[in-house]
Amino acid sequence: MSASAREHPTTAEPAPGGAPPEPRLVPLRAAVRALLRKELGLELRAPQAVPAMALFSVTTLVVFHFALQRGQVEGDLAAGVLWVTLLFAAMLGISRLFVADHEEGGLDGFLLAPTDRTALLVAKAVGLFAFLAAVEVIAVPAFALLLLGPAPGIGTYAQLVALLLLADAGIAVIGTLIGAIAVQTRARDLIVPLMALPLLIPVVIAGAKGTTPLLAEASGSGLPLRWPLLLGLYDLIFGLLAYALFDYLIED
Amino acid sequence: MAAPPAAIELDGLTRRYGERVALDAVTLAVPAGATLVVFGPNGAGKSTLLRVLATLLRPHAGAVRILGRELPAEGWAVRGRIGLLTHEPLVYRDLSGRENLRFHARLHGVGFGRVEALLEQVGLHRRADDRVHTYSRGMVQRLAVCRAVLHDPAVLLLDEPRANLDPAAADLVEPLIGAESGRTRVVTSHDPAGGLAEADLALGLRGGRAALVGPAAAIEPAQIGALYR
Repeated sequence: MSASAREHPTTAEPAPGGAPPEPRLVPLRAAVRALLRKELGLELRAPQAVPAMALFSVTTLVVFHFALQRGQVEGDLAAGVLWVTLLFAAMLGISRLFVADHEEGGLDGFLLAPTDRTALLVAKAVGLFAFLAAVEVIAVPAFALLLLGPAPGIGTYAQLVALLLLADAGIAVIGTLIGAIAVQTRARDLIVPLMALPLLIPVVIAGAKGTTPLLAEASGSGLPLRWPLLLGLYDLIFGLLAYALFDYLIED
Repeated sequence: MAAPPAAIELDGLTRRYGERVALDAVTLAVPAGATLVVFGPNGAGKSTLLRVLATLLRPHAGAVRILGRELPAEGWAVRGRIGLLTHEPLVYRDLSGRENLRFHARLHGVGFGRVEALLEQVGLHRRADDRVHTYSRGMVQRLAVCRAVLHDPAVLLLDEPRANLDPAAADLVEPLIGAESGRTRVVTSHDPAGGLAEADLALGLRGGRAALVGPAAAIEPAQIGALYR
């Protein structure tokens, strides 16, 4: 319905003369707002994804702290530890993304609504993006505290945040696509990492390569521009792919 | 006087799950404002029929028209005029009754005044801010009825709508989902006498096939009972 729905105005008036009634359609933006409000409301009311992801991140960083047998890491090792931790934490959020909708019939409830299916893609991706950002607010300081050497400057943190947000956008889009597929299977917790991790390898490469100079003690260089550009391109391509595929994933 | 136009038209509707045929060449027409009651044992295809009519499942063969629109191609055009009540209430247990209805109201472009009126009508207004997981099954069913009729649908698809409701609660929801609502209704039932009493048309399904179809007045409860043997 994506394309056709956008071509028709919202109306609630029946057509005169026995002709098929005019469709009632709810604009995409209104549907996204409704879904996002519900999504964030459910997470605030009964927190599941964010606490699980945050706890996993911090625990993993503690394990790295002891397993690496050193108080400080820097450069490519530090970047690798950070990105692996965040990526695996994201798997938990992706696995939970559609569970309430699937188990409580919310997906059918949405599919019965006269609105564009893209609204669900946008709302779920924005919701997952918000969850990832919330987790990073906890995980990045924990990483700095447990594993990082001398604290980087504000400028370095700002560049790291920019890189993380670009990566989060890609993870959110891919995560929404994979979550929609996985929730329809019995092996949801297996399907998510099996499908998502290979697709997210470019994100990890660009994220880790971009982060390495930021976390290198001896390096005075900033964030090389090609890595955020690569992440931006990845976000764009998979955003378009998700837009094209999502209807087919959630409809019969 | 011309006959009212058909709100629902099925011509050879077939739906499969893998190799299993759930609906096999079902053909019928339901005039606008009429009630079709669907009988049949478990697994006969009743719920599948409702899900096809609700645009949640695609027909694999045959033609389906609702309110003059062809499914699945024009499903987007009729979704706002169809209400579905299934065994699943389609509400979130961690949200309150009011939050659930407001969520669906936003998705259907309906004002919150309608939400409050419905909560009052079904007697849930005092518990409207409690989370749904604290509700009894009857209360959840009343909330599900509110959700199904929130957008004032022209076509109501009801899967055993009075399940879990005591007589008083059934009376409360009757104006919303009963014949007096004036909507075109498709209702599934396992009660031959009660179902025929509210039906204009009856459909008996057995193994996905229409074993019995016609005006309710011409069908005896014993014929319905035979479907289950």
